[in-house]
Amino acid sequence: MKKLLKTTLSVLAGLVISFNVLAAAAVTLDLANIDIRDQKSLQNGAKLFMNYCSGCHSIAFMRYNRIGKDLNISDADVEKNLMFNSDKIGEPITSSMSSKGAVQWFGTTPPDLSLISRSKGVDWIYTYLRGFYKDESRPFGVNNKISVNVSMPDVLWELKQNQSTEDFDQDVRDITNFLDYVGEPSKLVRIDLGYKVLAFLFVLFILSYLLKKEYWKDVKYGKWRAKD
Amino acid sequence: MDNNKSWIDQRFPLTKVWNEHLAEYYTPRNFNFWYFFGSLAMLVLVIQIVTGIFLTMHFKPDAANAFASVEYIMRDVNWGWLIRYLHSTGASAFFIVIYLHMYRGLLYGSYKAPRELIWILGVVLYIALMAEAFMGYVLPWGQMSYWGAQVIISLFGSVPFIGPDLLTWILGDYAVGDPALNRFFSLHVIALPLILVVLVFLHIVALHTVGSNNPDGVEIKKNKDKDGIPKDGIPFHPYYSVKDIVGVVVFLMLFSAVVFFAPAMNGYFLEHANFIEANPLKTPDHIAPLWYLTPFYSILRAIPPMFGSQFPGVVGMFGALLILLALPWLDRSKVKSIRYRSWPYKVALGVFVISFIVLGWLGMQPVTPINALLARIFTVTYFGFFILMPWFTSIGKTKEVPARVTE
Repeated sequence: MKKLLKTTLSVLAGLVISFNVLAAAAVTLDLANIDIRDQKSLQNGAKLFMNYCSGCHSIAFMRYNRIGKDLNISDADVEKNLMFNSDKIGEPITSSMSSKGAVQWFGTTPPDLSLISRSKGVDWIYTYLRGFYKDESRPFGVNNKISVNVSMPDVLWELKQNQSTEDFDQDVRDITNFLDYVGEPSKLVRIDLGYKVLAFLFVLFILSYLLKKEYWKDVKYGKWRAKD
Repeated sequence: MDNNKSWIDQRFPLTKVWNEHLAEYYTPRNFNFWYFFGSLAMLVLVIQIVTGIFLTMHFKPDAANAFASVEYIMRDVNWGWLIRYLHSTGASAFFIVIYLHMYRGLLYGSYKAPRELIWILGVVLYIALMAEAFMGYVLPWGQMSYWGAQVIISLFGSVPFIGPDLLTWILGDYAVGDPALNRFFSLHVIALPLILVVLVFLHIVALHTVGSNNPDGVEIKKNKDKDGIPKDGIPFHPYYSVKDIVGVVVFLMLFSAVVFFAPAMNGYFLEHANFIEANPLKTPDHIAPLWYLTPFYSILRAIPPMFGSQFPGVVGMFGALLILLALPWLDRSKVKSIRYRSWPYKVALGVFVISFIVLGWLGMQPVTPINALLARIFTVTYFGFFILMPWFTSIGKTKEVPARVTE
């Protein structure tokens, strides 16, 4: 009975959420235009993420040294520039904020961002991070144009104020790029391997086609029976 | 070598089986494009089994760990991402291949006598494959895994009288949870694959007993030479084995293009919402099964509840599958192949294909009044294809079927 009640409540909660989502869906997203091969952008994104985001948001499916390996940053540099707690280099990147504290301060636990690029898409992240505007009615004085009444403060406001819009957009693009990489760290390996596999299969196709043609000459000229 | 062969042959019919099923198995010489998909379906089955074995080594069938273990496979297991993408793309590829294979059957009347059992075994295979795919999709334990399972499994609750008890029995709980995940894992990795392999074996045994149909729908066994070999037949091996290799390579090129360049297929092969861990407290705004199940999901939604019960929709959904079994007896036409059929069949087949595709598309969309109306119309035309078949296959003028296959 308790379970049934729980399910019913969850369905109702879901309906409320879905109305919010539907209302938000009307906003068009800006194109992120990221380049996953741009190492400098990924490195800057990693730096910005670890400085501005990782205090609250974990990327728990990602390990520190994997980032170092993929983005060409030495372990020593990762420890110096990207790690601000007592974690070890091979450990997953968890947030140092307790979930209890988070609920007290923000009313909710900040979601893990390991797969945000895969569930929401990069354009959403790019638009969201640039979508904060002043709204005194909210607890942190800001609201967001695509995630209405979100509990998150505008953590990038300093970056927004201290540089040109183009530079700020580039910083957000770098964070987005980094999160896209975090969503699927094997993406570059996958694409590079894909070209090789297709090239191999293309050669195999030519050979197998010639083989077939050679054999089928017998069928064409009715000769296949002469063999036995 | 010959010594070894006879040593084995005295103890096991190796040469006999080789000859009966490959080297002296005579196949019509006029197979076209549509005849690649049977062997391709077997290839995909092998891909799924091999990649599945490796995924099973690393996956944790536990509601608390399943989602994270899939990401562990994607990130920490050597080549895990490749194995997982091969498996997830393989699921969709399986259905693409099977749908084309079944459509070939409709085009050339391959289900007609004497091949009724091949067709029936094939339909049972198809239904088993859907169950296999559905349960496999639950395992990554994302939001769509969870809520898709919740929607589909709750259908059993609508069975009159025993519904609620049946539902609890299936789930081992009052909602989809850890017990359901565990038993779906068991069914997905052992029970259904065993059933699939046995059915494939039977499907092929039945096929090799009567021999293949062909695009002309001519029975090649009716025209044999003095040695008893069909005049229009050629040995399966080497002629069709080398031809199928070309088909396999072309298929692998398309398959690899998806695996390496678009493994999520923009949400069609791996849904975006499935990258969020299952959360029983948060219903996604839009729940849709994967594309290969959506035609039947559409039929389910199209049939309105009666007497406050969803059961008619459930009957419609399963009926849409089971009615395929009756096809060999619904078709009254004298000819098999579309090449010689009368025009009413061609029109009906076209309407059927359109209905199936539109229902599939509607199954991915949220319900709106216009969508609901469209789903109802195409549900009627879907069933109309079968119910009216005895009529439209017996009218109109068929063309004369040649005695021998055409080039």
